[in-house]
Amino acid sequence: MILVNWLNKIASPQRFYLFCGKWTPWLSLLFFILLSLGLYGGLVTAPADYQQGDAFRIIYVHVPAAWMSLFIYIVMATNAVVAIIWRIKVAEVSIICCAHIGAYFTFLALVTGSLWGKPMWGTWWTWDARLTSELVLLFLYLGIIALYNAYEDKRSASRAIAILTLVGVINIPIIHYSVVWWNTLHQGATVSKFDKPSIDTRMLIPLLEMGVAFSVYFFISLFQRARNEILQREFNSQWVKELVKEKSNA
Amino acid sequence: MRDFIAMGGYGFYIWTSYALTFFVLAINIIISRVKRRQILNELSNFHQTQAPVKDE
Amino acid sequence: MPELSFFILLQREFTIASRCTQQFLLPVFFFCLVVLLFPLGLSPSPELIQTIAPGIIWVATLLAVLFSLDNLFLEDFEDGFIELLIFSPCSLPVLLAGKVSGLWLIIIAPLLAISALLSVFLGLPVESLSTLMISLLLGTPILMFVGAIAAALTTGTQQNSMLSTLLILPLYIPVLIFASSAVQNAATGLSASPQLYMLSALLVLTLTLAPVAISSALKIGLSQ
Repeated sequence: MILVNWLNKIASPQRFYLFCGKWTPWLSLLFFILLSLGLYGGLVTAPADYQQGDAFRIIYVHVPAAWMSLFIYIVMATNAVVAIIWRIKVAEVSIICCAHIGAYFTFLALVTGSLWGKPMWGTWWTWDARLTSELVLLFLYLGIIALYNAYEDKRSASRAIAILTLVGVINIPIIHYSVVWWNTLHQGATVSKFDKPSIDTRMLIPLLEMGVAFSVYFFISLFQRARNEILQREFNSQWVKELVKEKSNA
Repeated sequence: MRDFIAMGGYGFYIWTSYALTFFVLAINIIISRVKRRQILNELSNFHQTQAPVKDE
Repeated sequence: MPELSFFILLQREFTIASRCTQQFLLPVFFFCLVVLLFPLGLSPSPELIQTIAPGIIWVATLLAVLFSLDNLFLEDFEDGFIELLIFSPCSLPVLLAGKVSGLWLIIIAPLLAISALLSVFLGLPVESLSTLMISLLLGTPILMFVGAIAAALTTGTQQNSMLSTLLILPLYIPVLIFASSAVQNAATGLSASPQLYMLSALLVLTLTLAPVAISSALKIGLSQ
């Protein structure tokens, strides 16, 4: 009940705007703490891998980025459901913000994967199932952004990308498994070096820290972008006028 | 220290991916901060031009 | 009478098609030309062409369907027909499903005929022909309905065809993979049933969900 009340409150653009502003500094602090812990653990204390040597240390940016690319899509799809059913403005705004951040993370996962692949596989790119589905995911994100920009009215745009996001969320598992199947069919010899039965805790803990740090970063960036969008969409409401006046006087 | 930078011969790949990651993450935040300032400026101008009409 | 309204829309597509036949034959010509480009771009060696033939045929089918879906709803949108449908007492998803199915029925027959012919040109063994036909019958409706979602989403915007292509193609990947690997299996004498079952599952999923998505996407375009 408390949660429902809180959600009702936060669904108002003004409340959400203030909420984001209040939490951003604390989240930033948390992000930097986790980031320094993760980086120190990953680059310094974690032992070198017996097979890959120090090259495995790319895992600490690659894997969290890949996690984020999927996690953000889930957040985006949740927002899309809320936007379609209840037409809550904050959810509508969040979809496009998520799409932008998700595209950045997917791009990072691809490039760092490629930088990892070069010393490990000997090529920048292989048609590995995960890399391929990550590439498809990038195109899904870019499609969503392109569709949003094609609409002039931003509320219609948000509802259009909400539908596209939901079509995508049904398709992502299908695409992923079809790509896995295609991959095993055509190059059964590829040994995935990422599949490890066990991982040393000194290696695992920095990875989790980086994962949490990236999620915190996602929320910081989401809040910033959502604030911008809300300001633009609510430009004619009283609270925005007062807020802008306050800011320009200060 | 030199060992740390060399990363067992993989230094180039590791440092490129770390640098790129943090560069992109930073750019993302910087873009939205710059945009926020632009929006505030635009809205402030817009509201000032609107205001006299409302008073009358 | 929802069943009846479905057939009325289906019939309407046939009426339109009979008045401008050329427009509906263009995708088929397009299909032939794309298939023709592959041997020219690669090499005329029969072994190579034969191994990649299923892929060629399916990539060409995919592009032809994309091509035929270009501006699918634009005309109906501009002359107000979609508005009429929305305000009609029949359910909008059913009506739109009728429209898309009509278009599919028009395109599929020439596509089947021409791909049978081209599969011979590409050196596919005759035994794989039936699998190719079944995969086309199961796969193209999926392509049509999924493509119609993207066409509906871009109807309300200024930029149409390139954008909807960007939206659709990632969603076509599973169909491409299952269908071409089915034909590949059949060509090498293996069983193609797993892939065909997968395609059927995808078809059922698409037929259930896509009409709803198409209709809500069109409503957004209308509110623009």
